This record gives sequence, structure tokens and C-alpha cells, in this order.
Amino acid sequence: MTLTQTPQQRDHARTIYEKSQPGRRAFVAPALDVPHREGLLPDRLRRAEPAKLPEIAEPEIVRHYNRLSKRNFDLDTGFYPLGSCTMKHNPKLHERVAALPGNARLHPLQHPQRAQGALRLMWELQRALGEIAGLPHVSLQPSAGSHGELAGVLLTRAYHERRGERRTKVLTPDTAHGTNPATVTMAGFEVVKVGTNDRGGVDVEDLRAKAGDDVACLMLTNPNTLGLFDPAIEEIAGIVHDAGATLYYDGANLNAVMGRTRPGDMGFDIVHFNLHKTFTQPHGGGGPGAGPIAVSDRIEPFLPRPQVVRREWGNGTGPSFELDHDRPQSIGRLRGFQGNYGVFVRSYAYILSLGSDGLQEASETAVLNANYLMARLAETAGEHLPAAYDRTCMHEFVLTGGPMKKALGIRTLDLAKRLLDFGFHPPTVYFPLLVDEALLIEPTETETRETLDAFADVVGEILDEAAEDPEAARNAPYTTPVRRLDEAGAAKRPVIRQPL
Amino acid sequence: MSRYTSATDADRRAMLAAIGAASIDELFADVPEGVRLNRPLDLPAGKPEQEVYGYLRDLAALNVSAEDEISFLGAGMYDHYVPALVEAIITRSEFLTPYTPYQPEISQGGLQVMFEYQTAISELTGLPVSNASVYEGPSALAAAGYLAKLHHPDRTRFLVSRGVHPHSRETLATTSVGWGTRIEEIPLAGGATDAQALADALADDVSAVFLQYPNFLGTVEDLEALVPAAKAAGALVIVQCDPLPLGILRPPGELGVDVAVGEGQSLGNRLDFGGPSFGFFAAQDAYLRRMPGRIAGETTDVDGRRGFVLTLQTREQHIRREKATHNICTAQALNALAGVIYLSWLGREGIVELGELLLQRTAYARDALSAIEGVELLHDQPVVREFAVTLDADVDAVIERCAAQGVNPGYALGRDYPEYPNGLLVAITEQRGKPDIDRLARTLQSAVREVVHA
Repeated sequence: MTLTQTPQQRDHARTIYEKSQPGRRAFVAPALDVPHREGLLPDRLRRAEPAKLPEIAEPEIVRHYNRLSKRNFDLDTGFYPLGSCTMKHNPKLHERVAALPGNARLHPLQHPQRAQGALRLMWELQRALGEIAGLPHVSLQPSAGSHGELAGVLLTRAYHERRGERRTKVLTPDTAHGTNPATVTMAGFEVVKVGTNDRGGVDVEDLRAKAGDDVACLMLTNPNTLGLFDPAIEEIAGIVHDAGATLYYDGANLNAVMGRTRPGDMGFDIVHFNLHKTFTQPHGGGGPGAGPIAVSDRIEPFLPRPQVVRREWGNGTGPSFELDHDRPQSIGRLRGFQGNYGVFVRSYAYILSLGSDGLQEASETAVLNANYLMARLAETAGEHLPAAYDRTCMHEFVLTGGPMKKALGIRTLDLAKRLLDFGFHPPTVYFPLLVDEALLIEPTETETRETLDAFADVVGEILDEAAEDPEAARNAPYTTPVRRLDEAGAAKRPVIRQPL
Repeated sequence: MSRYTSATDADRRAMLAAIGAASIDELFADVPEGVRLNRPLDLPAGKPEQEVYGYLRDLAALNVSAEDEISFLGAGMYDHYVPALVEAIITRSEFLTPYTPYQPEISQGGLQVMFEYQTAISELTGLPVSNASVYEGPSALAAAGYLAKLHHPDRTRFLVSRGVHPHSRETLATTSVGWGTRIEEIPLAGGATDAQALADALADDVSAVFLQYPNFLGTVEDLEALVPAAKAAGALVIVQCDPLPLGILRPPGELGVDVAVGEGQSLGNRLDFGGPSFGFFAAQDAYLRRMPGRIAGETTDVDGRRGFVLTLQTREQHIRREKATHNICTAQALNALAGVIYLSWLGREGIVELGELLLQRTAYARDALSAIEGVELLHDQPVVREFAVTLDADVDAVIERCAAQGVNPGYALGRDYPEYPNGLLVAITEQRGKPDIDRLARTLQSAVREVVHA
């Protein structure tokens, strides 16, 4: 394999601290326009030595970060079928409207009378999300999906406590996202796992056996992380409700079902949305996101405060939008201020642009694309990478690399790394945990048929190549700014900051 | 309205044929009849881009932002200037549109940014270990509380200074409800945490002490007088910090603080009506393996080239599941990038110059306001860029009168601190010069007089 170094590779990953030179600067301070006074801050409260921030001029800051940016693969450049993450197009309009000064420079403690546009936008977004979820009461406050999950489990706790019940367990399927069990522990409950049946759905008998009167909640993703819609959802909801527990919907996979079915209609009590997935807040390299929740009537009294509410005055003036802090049964705040408003602006722009029919079409196209890619991969790679469950999938699907590993001697990790050389972001790998050598593939509605064909063909080529020469995949990638990195070494001797 | 997709009717037919399905409906056959929606969502039809822009522009125009008035609002978020290069860099697709760097070979840009960010936070706080960001300030304090609970599973009390941001105190209470921990408040004396009350409350069942630096009323808490007693009782000391004043203040790590957290908004992030911004989380070495969230680490590739990876992931939810140190997954990477760009722009000397400027202007404003009849200092502790006064007039009425004159004088303290019913918290940034401060003093003077005589 011949190597060609790109300019980004030749940069040797020098940090901005290593480019620093004494005396260089970008910042010019405003002049001191008030009389100077000594002794405002006693010496013992003062820092002895300045923080060792970089000393660097603006042109070099810009170059440094632009060069770094070129060492990233991104959604605007290519296919990013990262399962469970919904890497759909981020419309450019959204950045423009979020940056309007009336949004970007609005202080979170501005008096509500002087923030009517923002509060109205939040209220309208709450209504839209409530309709999409089929649950009428929405709090926008949580900052991400995991934060929404925490809100949901805390709401469940408050609900049971209000009824004088002390329940200690929360059920999660073994296919659940890792955030579900982590949330349960953080909220002070014990995790009990529910099994998966041979069709990829909840093992209903196992659920029935475990759904006792000590169970507070079942957390479920539907379609689940195998990309499969559980056809027994009505029976599952019945079992959970008969046990007196609540049913929680992890909304990570909501992009599959908008306009087709709603968590509220399936019997869920609490839903979180990932605005950075379904409603296309850019993922930002790992955030920001937002994780609003929608809940049923019986959960509503406990929602976080403050709530955005609409008040009619009935005196000829129009309605006004307020922050309601007076919610005595509320679980309280989960963060500062009103939530990630900038994310709300972007997601509301998306909902306005697509509308009722467009949202439904987005879900339908996402499901169409996933099934098409699954069918194409069955042609190009089916022998070595069969579907984990041979069923119609929803917006994503799981292949198992077990046969590939056995027959060709390459692992799912090797396939993922070789995909990098072909300009594709790999799927989610080794998740869900119950599938051997799993690949979780979510193409989203963004992608064209040609892109899906190209991906399926490349996977086929990589397998053909591996049949000839498995080392090619085992040593991949070759064309990226760096090649395989020593992750074990990084964890063994952690270097997590620049020594200065 | 079909938007942001390429599928034509011809594509759909061809794709359904390849799948072997007769219709899109067939793909949804697993959804039981009883839970199908069978009607359109009750939302308006989709709109063209220019109409969506127009509607959202009109809504934004209803807000009075820091662009429209002379604002002295702070209380956790501040109207500092965000240099143009921040926006130019963070709107690049390569930073804006990828996700968490699960594939390090094609994510070196984002990973190196995290490493540089961690270094900057470590420098500001004086603590050796920083993660790559958490959601925002108050939930960062709650995350530190969870670290304390894991560290001291058998201790049952949290002591929280009344000088800690009210949103943080409430978030800690909400989040910790299932931990078996009781929260007790340590009162303020003269605007600073009451050291004697803290000493009296400390015992070997205290898991952590929570302080804020500078505190919510602007006071630069004397950590040297507070930390040793807490440490002697074996409690963790957790301090919520305002990162910009840390440019001139003694770093908490130097004073024995175990965990420093805070709201990063003032470092190059917009106000955005409260978010998105980022929370930072830094700690002493001993807590490295209990940290929440992502951490980037340096390593080498198979050819010996320097590179960066997400490290110590066995702490995290996707590996450790119910035994994770926190449930956080998506954090605030893009906002943390804005933070490290901003700190590089300020630079080693600039952050000190900015801190000194804030110190001087804040002192000037404090003098100017407290010289007004009917306005008194709420405390006379040292402050950097925020201070509190109390009015001899109804504070809400005064704020309304000032706002009508185009001046937002600050945040009314009464909701959070009923003991200061007419308290006003005033924040100064480098965007408020002497003429603005003089105008604030004149406007406030008239408003107080008018309200008193009304």
C-alpha cells in the first residue's frame, strides 16, 4: 500500500499552545475610561501568574482551526450512516434564523413582556412536539436525550410518590441505549433487564414475569435499536399499566414514525425527543442538542419549572406568553434558565418548513431508504453480512459481521476502518450488544438512491478484497490524517492536557 | 411538503421494487392497526424557506435583546463581545455537522479541539483534569454532586452555600432526589458564605460542600477561609466558578478545591436566551476515573504519528451502562470549541487585561450607583464584574421605568432572595463603557425618585 501524505497529515497535530510565542496577541482591550483605582482586589485573592493561554495573532488562530477542521469528516461532505444518531441534513436557513440578534443576544432573564417572540416560539414548538408525540404537555428544558431520560425517570418517581407508592425498579430491554440504564441508576432506581424474543421484540413473557408492583417504569425505544417496530406494543403497554408502572419512550428513533403513529397513541406516558436527531439541530461534533419531553395528563403536574404558558386576557388585547414558576408539584429545575433556546429556533424552523405532510414524508423516506439499503446490501454482502433479523426494518437495521469474521477473518471494526478509505463514515459498530459483530446502519431520508447504491457496492468490494487479502482491511485506514490509534495506551497512561 | 430529500416518484418505485414491497404502507405493516394515526398530523402545511425566515424574523423582532437596550443583566449569563472569528470557525461544516468522534482517524480536528479545550480549562481552574464539556452550569454542579455521592457513598449530607446560583441549588435538589442525600443551606453573612456556620455544620457525614466563586451576589468568596475546614471533615469541596474572572482570581485548584464546575457562556458563546452554551468540569487527579462525559487523550497511530482519541471510556454509559459515572452522552462540543477559540483570542495577557478592565468599571459603577439617594450597597465585599444594591423603592417598578428609557438596570433578586425584596444585581461587561454606566446612574436615580414619589 503506497501512502500519500496530505497537507493535513504533514501538520503533525501541533496544538495551539505549541504555536504560541511570547508577546503575540489577537485581543485589543477597550481603553480604561474610568478613573483607575488601586487595591480593589486584595492580593491574596489574586492569581500570582497568568493562566498559560496561547499567545497568538488572529491570522494564525484562523489558520490553526481551519486546518484542524480539515482533519474532520462531516455530514455536509459525505454519507454518515451512524445508527441511532439520525445524521440528516442540517438546513442552512437554521443557522441564519438562530443568529438573528433578537434571538442570539436575548438575555435569558429578560422580562417575559420583552421576550414575547422567544416565549411564543417556545410555546408553538411545545404544541407541535405534543402533536407529533400524541402527548399534550411538553417541557423543553432538558439539554439532551440523556437529560430528558433523567427528567422522565424523576417524573415517574414523583408520580408514584404522590400516590404514596415506593417503587424501586425500572425495566430496560437488553437492546436499550446505554443512557437508559445509566439514567436509572442516577435517579436512584435499580435496573432490571428484560429479554428480547427471536423476532427482535420485547420478550413479553419475561416482561410479564418481571412487571411486579415494585416496578416504577419500563423504558422502551420503538422502533428499537435493532430498527424493528414491536408489533406487540399494545400488549406491552397493557402489562406495564396493569402493573401500575409508567411507560417511557426513548425518542432516539422517532425519525421512523412521524405522522404514522405516535408514542401517546401506543400508550406511552413520557417521551423524550432528540432535537439534534429527528429535528436536525447540527450535531456539532458532540453537541449541543436538546431533549424536550412530552407527557400524559397524569404526569403533567410534575413537569420541570418554569413552564412556558399562554395566557388569554379577554380584554381585547392578544394573548401573552409567560414563564409559570408557580407549580407546587413540579420536580423542579434540571438546569439553568429555559433550555437550549438556540436549538429550539432551529428545530422549529424545520417543523415550519416541512409541515404536517413533510414530516410524514421524511419518516417514510427514511424507512424507504433503510429498507432499500438493506436489500442492496443483501445483494452485495448478504453472504457474509446478513441482517440480524430478516424482517422489514424501520429507519435503521442491524447486520451481523459474525459470518464475515468466520469466513474472511476480518472483524466489523476492520470493515468500518476500511470504509474510511472510501470516503464513508462507518455505521455504529458493536451496538446493540446482543448482536455478534453488529453494524447498526441508519441512512436517513437525506441520502439519494445513488449514494445508497455506492455504499452497498463499496461494502461488497471490501468483502471481495478481504477474500483475497484480509490484511488490507485489518490494517486500514490508509488515507486518513492518522491511521489506527493506540487507544489502549491512551487509557493506560492518560495525557489529557498539554503540559505547559 | 417534501424538503431536504431527493427521492422522486421514480426513485420510490424503483426502490420499492428492489425491496419487494408494493407500497410505502407495506413497510409500516408492523405498526398495529390500533395505534396507527390514520390522519395527517394537526400542524400547518410546510412553507417555503423565505416564508419561514420571514415568520421567525418577525418573532425575533418582538424580543428586546442586548442589541436594543443598554443592558446590565447578568446573574449567570453575560453580554460579552463575541469576536467574529468565533462565528466564522464554528459555522464551518467540518465542525458544525459531524457527531461525537467515535472514529478517531477521521475526527482528529474535533478531538484535538477537545484536548486544547481541556488544557485551557485546566489552566483557568488550576486543576489537572478537565473533561470535554457537560451541558451547562447548574447541571454541571449537579454532576459534581453525583461524583461526590459515588466517592462518599455512605455520607448523607450536602452543604450548599446560599451564595450558589439559585438555579444550581434547585438543579442539585431535583437531580439528587434519589441519592439518599440531604441538602442543607449555609447562610450568607454580609454577602459572603458564613464561615462559622459552615464550620458548625461540618461533620464526618458531609459528602460535599458547594460554593460559588465569585458568588451569585458578586462576592469573591474567600476560599482560603472556607476550604480547609471542609477538607478537614473529609468532605469534597465543589466550587461553581465564573470562568472569565478566573483570569485574575486565584485558581480554585491552588486553594485545595476538589472539583470546579461552571457555566461557560461568557467564553465566546452567545446569550441565546439561555442556551446552548457549555458547562465545564475540572477536578484533581484523584477523580480522573469518576469524571462524567467525554475526555480526549493524546496517543500515537501505528505509524508513530501523534493523534487524539476519546479515552477512559470505561467510565461512560455506552460501555459501563448502569455502572457509569454519569448518563451524559451528547454534550456541548461546538460551544466548547467557541470557548477555546475565544480564550486563544484573548490570550495570556488579554484575559488579565479584560479582567482588570471589568474590575475597574465595576468599581466605578458600584460607586456611581451607591451614591444615588435611595440606593445602597447590599454588601461591600470584593467583586469583579457584578455587584448587588438594594433600593428604597419597589424594584420591579424601577426596572420598568428604566426599561422604558432603554436601560435594563439588572436582575431583581426578590424571587430568589426574599430577604432582599428590592435587591438588584448589576453586571458590567466590556461592552458597557463609562457613558453607559453614567446613563444607568442617571436613569436609575430618576426612576427611584419617581417610584418613591408615585
